[in-house]
Amino acid sequence: MTGVAIAVRNLRKRFASVEAVRGVTFDVREGTTTALLGGNGAGKTTTLSMLLGVLLPTSGAITVLGCDMLRARHRVLPRMNFTSPYVDLPKRLTVRENLRVFADLYGVERSSMRIGELTAELDLAELLQRPYGELSAGQRTRVSLAKALLNRPAVLLLDEPTASLDPDIGDRMRSHLENYQRTSGCTMLLASHNMSEVERMCDDVIMLRAGTVVDHGSPARLIERYGRDTMEEVFLDIARGVDDRLDVTVDATT
Amino acid sequence: MSADAFAATPVADRQRGVAASLRRIRALTRRHAYLLLRSWPRIVSMAYYPTVTMVLWAFLTLYLKPTNRFLADAPGFFIGAVLLWDVLFRGQLGVSLTFTEEMYSRNLGNLFVSPLRLYELIAGQLAMSLMRTLIGVGGACAFAFLLFHYSIFSMGLPLVAFFACLLAFGWAVGLAVSAMILRYGLGAEELAWAAIFLVAPVSGVYYPIAVLPAALRAVSYALPTAHVFEGMRALLLEGTFRYDLFRNAVLLDIAYVALGAALFAAAVHSARKRGTLLQMGE
Repeated sequence: MTGVAIAVRNLRKRFASVEAVRGVTFDVREGTTTALLGGNGAGKTTTLSMLLGVLLPTSGAITVLGCDMLRARHRVLPRMNFTSPYVDLPKRLTVRENLRVFADLYGVERSSMRIGELTAELDLAELLQRPYGELSAGQRTRVSLAKALLNRPAVLLLDEPTASLDPDIGDRMRSHLENYQRTSGCTMLLASHNMSEVERMCDDVIMLRAGTVVDHGSPARLIERYGRDTMEEVFLDIARGVDDRLDVTVDATT
Repeated sequence: MSADAFAATPVADRQRGVAASLRRIRALTRRHAYLLLRSWPRIVSMAYYPTVTMVLWAFLTLYLKPTNRFLADAPGFFIGAVLLWDVLFRGQLGVSLTFTEEMYSRNLGNLFVSPLRLYELIAGQLAMSLMRTLIGVGGACAFAFLLFHYSIFSMGLPLVAFFACLLAFGWAVGLAVSAMILRYGLGAEELAWAAIFLVAPVSGVYYPIAVLPAALRAVSYALPTAHVFEGMRALLLEGTFRYDLFRNAVLLDIAYVALGAALFAAAVHSARKRGTLLQMGE
């Protein structure tokens, strides 16, 4: 049985009068890909932000690779990375300059070689000399993914990794992530609204609604449990709260 | 994997220690240097304002010198004062604008999820401030020499002391302004350009502190700038370097830089509580 890469316990976040995350508890097994799903406002991004350490929880505990993220996050951050279409890289720097800067920030050895590898894998050669701000949304997503893979992370957090990509590029991104995970044993936690992506890539799914975990399991088990044909339908059931079981908070530990 | 086992891995080792820290500071400096050095309009604009101000004061000096004994004794007084004032202004702007650039780029999220530590972020801002100050004030100094045959280096070694004290206070104000921008958003960016002028009247840049009302004199002596400019006057008019003023300026600088850094750290902590680090930008 694999170990636990990410352990979240009774995590809460309150913004003024709104409790965005209400006692979330889950585990992400090492070497697996787990989806954090939920409708808008379910608490996915808030949870991811707390996992990354850019948002302080009101209470609760987060452990990543055995490190307490609230007390010693700088010990584990070199082994993590993150990408989101909603966080930009410096626009006036070229792609190569951006990658070089982040390679140094993450302490990547032989950074030129690593940038070369990622350039080949993600088909970035023609973009290297172009300012990041001049790239299309899809090209930016590829560059952000390259930035996220620079340090060969053991834990990769992805916020809608294929948003705004056309089906062809989106498929290539998914293949690349799958290949990276297979070869590196990386643990991936992704927030996504693309249910076919979740079915394809994820070993586990954690369903959030109104800041609580309402269900979890593999995509196949969830589809079976809800008597549906696809994760899209399961998602709609959960997001719309058609099932009474969803009124309870679920402990999604392994 | 236990925390101890994890800490022993090579990647974690590479990320710790002084060398790793310097590498991250260098990365941050490189990120801003890429931006700065490839854009000649940016470089010109940094030297433009100090140079134009210096030229104005230089012509005023030329106009007043024949009838003014004070300027006849110390013809470089106003030029020296304006150049040193700009060390303070450029030092502050260098810190604030470097931070604002990260906000405009919506890059704060990437920085704060990286292994970069807060003190390294601050050190990177200070390094960029030094670079911007040297470019901006250095350009004006060169023009002062070329156009008016005034060399600020004629002050000798005390110039280094004045420069360091003013730069440090500029850093302190720059960090405080960055904290305000982080707290109140880019709407507070105007502070980056205006904040330092609040201390100008009580710093005695062009006149002695003695001319101020008693209440304002107390305020003046609580600022390192007043001690620096009093020291500059003592050097130019009496030919003496006042160690007592220098010591006061250094002690006050230490306090203000610590306060600026504390305000900035508090603003970052507040942003982490409010969840704005991933959202901030244009």
